[in-house]
Amino acid sequence: MKYTVDKKGFYGNYGGAFVPEMLFPNLDELEKNYNKIINDSNFQKDYNNLLKDYVGRPTPLYFAERMSEKYKCKIYFKREDLCHTGAHKINNTVGQILLAKRLGKKRIIAETGAGQHGVATATVCALAGIECVIYMGAVDIKRQAPNVARMKMLGASIVSAESGSKTLKDATNEAIRDWINNPVTTHYIIGSVVGPHPYPDMVAKFQAVVSEEIKSQLHEKEGTEYPNYLIANIGGGSNAAGLYYHYLEDEKVKIISVEAAGEGIESGKSAATSALGKTGIIHGSKTLLMQTKDGQIVEPYSISAGLDYPGVGPLHAHLLESKRAEFMSITDSDAMLAGLEVSKLEGIIPAIETAHAFAAFKYLDFKDDDIIVVNFSGRGDKDLNTYIDYFNL
Amino acid sequence: MNRIDKKLEEEGKLLSIYFTAGYPNLNDTKDIIIRLQESGVDMIEIGLPFSDPLADGPTIQDSSTIAIKNGMNTNILFDQLKGIRDEVSIPLIIMGYFNPMLQYGVKDFCKKCNEIGIDGLIIPDLPIDYYEENYKAMFEENKLYNMFLIAPQTSDKRIRKIDSISNGFIYMVSSSSITGSKDSFSSEQINYFERIQKMNLDTPRIIGFGVGNKETYDAAVGYSKGAIIGSAFIKNLHESGVSSIDSFIKSIR
Repeated sequence: MKYTVDKKGFYGNYGGAFVPEMLFPNLDELEKNYNKIINDSNFQKDYNNLLKDYVGRPTPLYFAERMSEKYKCKIYFKREDLCHTGAHKINNTVGQILLAKRLGKKRIIAETGAGQHGVATATVCALAGIECVIYMGAVDIKRQAPNVARMKMLGASIVSAESGSKTLKDATNEAIRDWINNPVTTHYIIGSVVGPHPYPDMVAKFQAVVSEEIKSQLHEKEGTEYPNYLIANIGGGSNAAGLYYHYLEDEKVKIISVEAAGEGIESGKSAATSALGKTGIIHGSKTLLMQTKDGQIVEPYSISAGLDYPGVGPLHAHLLESKRAEFMSITDSDAMLAGLEVSKLEGIIPAIETAHAFAAFKYLDFKDDDIIVVNFSGRGDKDLNTYIDYFNL
Repeated sequence: MNRIDKKLEEEGKLLSIYFTAGYPNLNDTKDIIIRLQESGVDMIEIGLPFSDPLADGPTIQDSSTIAIKNGMNTNILFDQLKGIRDEVSIPLIIMGYFNPMLQYGVKDFCKKCNEIGIDGLIIPDLPIDYYEENYKAMFEENKLYNMFLIAPQTSDKRIRKIDSISNGFIYMVSSSSITGSKDSFSSEQINYFERIQKMNLDTPRIIGFGVGNKETYDAAVGYSKGAIIGSAFIKNLHESGVSSIDSFIKSIR
C-alpha cells in the first residue's frame, strides 16, 4: 500500500510525531489503541448508528445536471453539506468522541479556526455529556461570532488564544499545551488530517466513510465504482482525505486537490502550501508548510477561514510529492464567483471552502463522459456575511 | 572531555540559566552570557527562538516573538557567538525547536556549533528514535551532546531507555506542564522526584520547568544534580533589564 501510513507513522517522507517528550505518553496510548478500538465490532456498531441517525448518513451523491451541462462532463456532488452541523467535520468528531469514551477520558479539548470543527466537537460532547473546551484565536473569535454562540449554546467553554498571530495555528498550539498540562484526563480532538501520528491516519479513517459511500452510490448510478476524477478543496485536508481514501491505491482515479491562493500566490496573502511551502515541522508533523527561510512559521491568508492553515496534512504532502495528486490553487475572487455560480445553477449555497473546488472547473478540460465527484464539504450559511459583503447583496 | 561532563563531575549542585537569544534586544546575547558567567552560573542554555514553541508558556513564547521581531535568526545567533570561547569557559547549550535547525541544515548546524564551541543541544520536539536513525552520527562527529527530556508520565521502561542512550544529563521536566507555570512544587511532584531518584540512573538529572526562585531551586537540587531557570529569568530581564542579572542570580543561591 503506497499511500497508507507506515509503522513509524510516516507517509513516504512525511508525518511522524515531532512532539515534546511530555506528549509521548498521550500519543503512545492513542497509537497503541486506536486501530484496535476502531476495528472493534461494538465500536463500529455505535459509530455507524450515530452516523446514520444523528449525522444523517449516508449523504446523497447528487448528479449536478446544470453544472454538468455547463462544463461538458458528468459532475456529481457528494453532499457532506447535509451532515448535521453543516459539514463533513462531524464524521471525525463522532468517531473521536466514541474513542475518547473507550479510553476513559473525562474531558475534551479541540482547536478551531472558523468554528466549524469547534461546533462539531461541542456537538458530540453535548451528545456524550463530556466537558468540552475549545481553543480559538482571539482574532477568529471576533470574526466568527455566530459559531462562538453556537458552541456556547452547546455547553462548551471557549478559550481565546492570545499568543502569536491569534488565529488557527495559535489555537492549535494552545490546545497542544493544554494537553501537555492535562495528559491523563483529556483527549484532544484534532479537526483535520494534521498533527502528530496517529492523528492524520485516525482522522482519515473517520472521514473514509465519504469515499466508502461513493463507491456503492456511483455503482448504482453509473454502473462503476470508479469516477475519472475526484476533486476536493484542501486546507489541512480532512474532507479531501475522506473523498480519496478508498480510491488512493486505484491510480486510474485521478485526484485534484484545490488550495486557497488567497489574493494570488505571489501576493504575500495566500494559503497555497503546495506552491509556497517547504518541508518542515508544524504541530508535530513533518510536512509541507509555509515558513520563512529561517524556519519560522508564516501566517497564511484566505478569504475562507477553513483553508488558511500554513501546512497541509502529511498524507497530502506525500500525494503531491509522489504525483498521485495534482494540486491547483484558486484565488478568493474565483472562489467567490464559483460560490455564486453553484448557487444559481444548482440551488445549493456552498461554503467558501467548497467553492474553491468548483472554481477549478473553468481551468480544467474534461471529456464528455468523464465522471467527476466533487466533495461538497460544507454549506454556505456560515459564510453569508462574507458573501453579502463581497457581492453587496 | 566535553565541558558538560566536566561540570557534572564537580562537587555541588548546578544552576543553569535559559534565555531567549535576541531578547530583550537583538545584540544582548553576548552581554547576557558574560554576565551570567560572572555571576557564577554553571551552565547556559541559549534559546534559538521559534514562532510556535509548543512546550513553552507565555513568558518564553512572548520573548521568542519579540526576539524574532528584533531580527534574530540562526545565522545572526552564530555570528554573535563567534569568538565567545575567548571569554566564556562554562558549558554552552543551544536549546531550540527542530524546524529552524532543519531549515539551516542539521549537518551544517552541528558543524557551526562545533566551530563556536557549543557543547550540546536540547531539541524538545526531535523524537529520540528519529534522532538516533538520522542525526546521531552528525552530533558525535561534531562533539555535540543531545540532551533528552523525561516527564512525570514517562514510563519507567522509557526512562531506562533514555538513560542508556543519554550523554551529559537528563533534562527532567518537573511536572506535566509547559514552561513557567508553577511557583512551588506539589507533593505529587516531590513524589515524582523521589521515584526517579530511587531508579539510580547512570545519567545525572537536571530539573527544569517550574523552577523560578530560591525555594524551588533548593527543592529541585535536593533530588538532582542541578536545576534550570528559564521563564523567571526572562521575566526578570523584562522587568529589570540585563544590569539586574547578578542580583537575580544571587537571589537564587
